[in-house]
Amino acid sequence: MTNLAIVVDGLRVNRGGRDVVRDVSFEIERGTVTGLLGPSGCGKTTLMRSIVGVQIVAGGTVTVLGEPAGSAPLRRKIGYATQNPAIYADLMVTEALRYFASVLRAPASDVSRVIDEVGLSSHANAMVGQLSGGQHSRANLAVALLGTPELLVLDEPTVGLDPVLRDELWELFARLAKQGRTLLVSSHVMDEAGRCERLLLMREGGLLATDSPDGLRRRTEQTDLEQAFLRLIKEVEAA
Amino acid sequence: MRTPSAVMNPAITMATAQRILTQVRHDHRTLALMILLPSLLLILLRFVFNSEEMFSRAAPALLAVFPFAIMFIVTSITTLRERTTGTLERLMTMPMAKLDLLFGYAIAFGMVAVLQVSVAATISLTWLGLEIGGSVWTLLVIAVLDALLGMALGLFASAFATTEFQAVQFMPAFVMPQVLLCGLFAPRESMHVVLEWASNVMPLSYAVDALNHVTVSSDIDGTLIRNLIIVGGCGLAALVLGAATLRRRTP
Ligand SMILES: Nc1ncnc2c1ncn2[C@@H]1O[C@H](COP(=O)(O)OP(=O)(O)O)[C@@H](O)[C@H]1O
Ligand SMILES: [Mg+2]
Repeated sequence: MTNLAIVVDGLRVNRGGRDVVRDVSFEIERGTVTGLLGPSGCGKTTLMRSIVGVQIVAGGTVTVLGEPAGSAPLRRKIGYATQNPAIYADLMVTEALRYFASVLRAPASDVSRVIDEVGLSSHANAMVGQLSGGQHSRANLAVALLGTPELLVLDEPTVGLDPVLRDELWELFARLAKQGRTLLVSSHVMDEAGRCERLLLMREGGLLATDSPDGLRRRTEQTDLEQAFLRLIKEVEAA
Repeated sequence: MRTPSAVMNPAITMATAQRILTQVRHDHRTLALMILLPSLLLILLRFVFNSEEMFSRAAPALLAVFPFAIMFIVTSITTLRERTTGTLERLMTMPMAKLDLLFGYAIAFGMVAVLQVSVAATISLTWLGLEIGGSVWTLLVIAVLDALLGMALGLFASAFATTEFQAVQFMPAFVMPQVLLCGLFAPRESMHVVLEWASNVMPLSYAVDALNHVTVSSDIDGTLIRNLIIVGGCGLAALVLGAATLRRRTP
């Protein structure tokens, strides 16, 4: 068994007639929190969709937990939280989670556990459609936490959340990684990059760099990660 | 493909049916419309005709047409919503077979259809003066099969809509031609030969033929059985075609 959770090799994706992911290659080790960062529209969601196996790809290979992405044995091992909440608006939070739990054949007790983990206990019996934006995205995140997924692919899970809650979620992500789970978390704001062990920096469909936050700071001689990212872009464009 | 998740799992199918029924239960207005609308329309028709005899002639066909149309529209909107809100994509990343989802829909809406048709048939038979020669149970079976056919076609049609606005328009496109040609307005044999052919390839025609048969006769003959097999077979075919439109990977 290799220690790699994700191996992407020469991935190309074409959407709407344009190459939106171009020759991307990287590896992610098990038990780590990796941040996928880049401006809106750079291809983060498309890359994540390729990893969970719902994206038609034009070329390259994606291997997840030793299997080709999208293959049947992976379907119980990956928790995926989409960027736009994908959860039934006309159900109560507990009802929706109970349904997804039964599809995953996860124990019924998981429902209250994940509701706790995302801090939604006070709204457990609210209708999903009546939740605020932040609550909605937390309910969506809760679905990905059901069962015991070895890999969590979370597409902008902290957008629109208040700072305290954001902090709690990043602590949860770190805890999950300590248990040996692998997390890939995307964000379009650089101030979250410092919470990750490794960073994948994307721009216009290409991978600019994969590094640790400290490595990136050292390499660009910047203390602020936002500035570091800008410096990196200039370097690449100059080259 | 012989993958574990290509195989149906009864627990997941039933959980899906239960989830869909819970959604319907939360939406009181839709629930009331689904269960009462065919009955209200039949009551209206009874007073439009103002004659029990004329009503008895048209009612059996309408007992097929209304549930068919309502199930079509409800299912096409619900499944379209499942596609556009991303819940379908989420389910496709989980260990769920496509048929789990489709049969989950069939079971849930099938149960609603039983309720809907029972209410409409009871009101027609006890209050509106519908006389039938055959058995009430045969009538119920045909009408429910027919509602399921509408459901399966709605599921299939939803694959070709990208917005709910389009899905609503599919109802006149898919359903109205079948209603016009099913023998309700003019006997099928008396139509122009082209229209008769068209009527022959539309599954609703066979449901209406079967219902008309039950109203006049109590024997379960070969034609009736054949008609039921056609209706059920078309429903099953539409479900399988619907499964083909569910994709795990999308562009
Ligand atoms: N369904 C789609 N069809 C065609 N193009 C798309 C679709 N979804 C996204 N795109 C395009 O693909 C590119 C990458 O999008 P996306 O992966 O969503 O970026 P990000 O998640 O980084 O914001 C964008 O230019 C976007 O316009
Ligand atoms: Mg995105």
